[in-house]
Amino acid sequence: MVNRIVTGAHYGLRDWLMQRVTAIVMVFYTLFIAAFLLTHQPLHFDEWKSLFHNQWMRFASLLFLLSLYLHAWVGIRDIAMDYVHHTALRLAVEVLTILALITYTAWSVQILWGLQ
Amino acid sequence: MRFSIYRYNPETDASPHMQDYELDIDAGDMMLLDAILLLKAQDESLSVRRSCREGVCGSDAMNINGRNGLACITPLSELAQPIELRPLPGMPVIRDLVVDLSQFYKQYRSIKPYLVNNEPEPEIERLQSPEDRKELDGLYECILCACCSTSCPSFWWNPDKFVGPAGLLQAYRFIADTRDQVTAERLDNLEDPYRLFRCHSIMNCVDVCPKGLNPTSAIGKIKEMLVKRTI
Repeated sequence: MVNRIVTGAHYGLRDWLMQRVTAIVMVFYTLFIAAFLLTHQPLHFDEWKSLFHNQWMRFASLLFLLSLYLHAWVGIRDIAMDYVHHTALRLAVEVLTILALITYTAWSVQILWGLQ
Repeated sequence: MRFSIYRYNPETDASPHMQDYELDIDAGDMMLLDAILLLKAQDESLSVRRSCREGVCGSDAMNINGRNGLACITPLSELAQPIELRPLPGMPVIRDLVVDLSQFYKQYRSIKPYLVNNEPEPEIERLQSPEDRKELDGLYECILCACCSTSCPSFWWNPDKFVGPAGLLQAYRFIADTRDQVTAERLDNLEDPYRLFRCHSIMNCVDVCPKGLNPTSAIGKIKEMLVKRTI
């Protein structure tokens, strides 16, 4: 392969927009959790557990975690693009990040719905 | 007044070094460039670019006490001593304070910095309404001194792929121009993870621009237009 500088991948907007939208989702969830903690002082484990027994809370938590992972994906890839200039190494970093995030997603579902 | 100036001649020096200088002058209302020219009279081997000496040509951009700026419009009296002068960061040094800006100009050329209009040439100028013309304020004033792009970490890491704040400000200058007819192509050209989206809006460019321009805002408007045409 010739060693030429190539650009023009024609993507980036979707990821940039996704990072902003997921940030807003995380803000709302964080505000809700903060409000819950402030209004349930002193907090007992039973209250905390019963909150997560609600299906809507599990879905909201999953939405928050998915937002976190998508947000992290864009952020980590940005860091790799900025600092990891060796193409094979950058691919490795990106693939490992994707695999980790997919694992975290499965793990999140297991934790949220494994609760008894 | 005490100065500490970056000296490097790639042909003879193994590595760059800082050289101390002293000038027995009263700062008064002198500009930094005046002092540099006095120093050059003292030591003619000191290399520096300058031309208009009034902040219009952009030749004497350099790193002054850790901040990029134009020596000709930086008042000497406002600078802490010893005044540390270095070349613009991240660019190959040709000699002392003179850097090679080829990469900077290459990025500038890549955004096609000229009006494209395929209509037959009119008898008179292509007219704009005052409102449309107003859109170009804060964009056309750029003098391409490279203070902004060379203060941008994203440009330091990827100068070959990231257009940089100066290039993107100019890109928006033509995207915003109602007389230009290739807006879609211009946006296509920038919709790229490297060319545009290396900008993380840290606003170093806005902080250093000697003309008080705002490349971050222009980049934001390009992103806004990309969103508008996508959703």
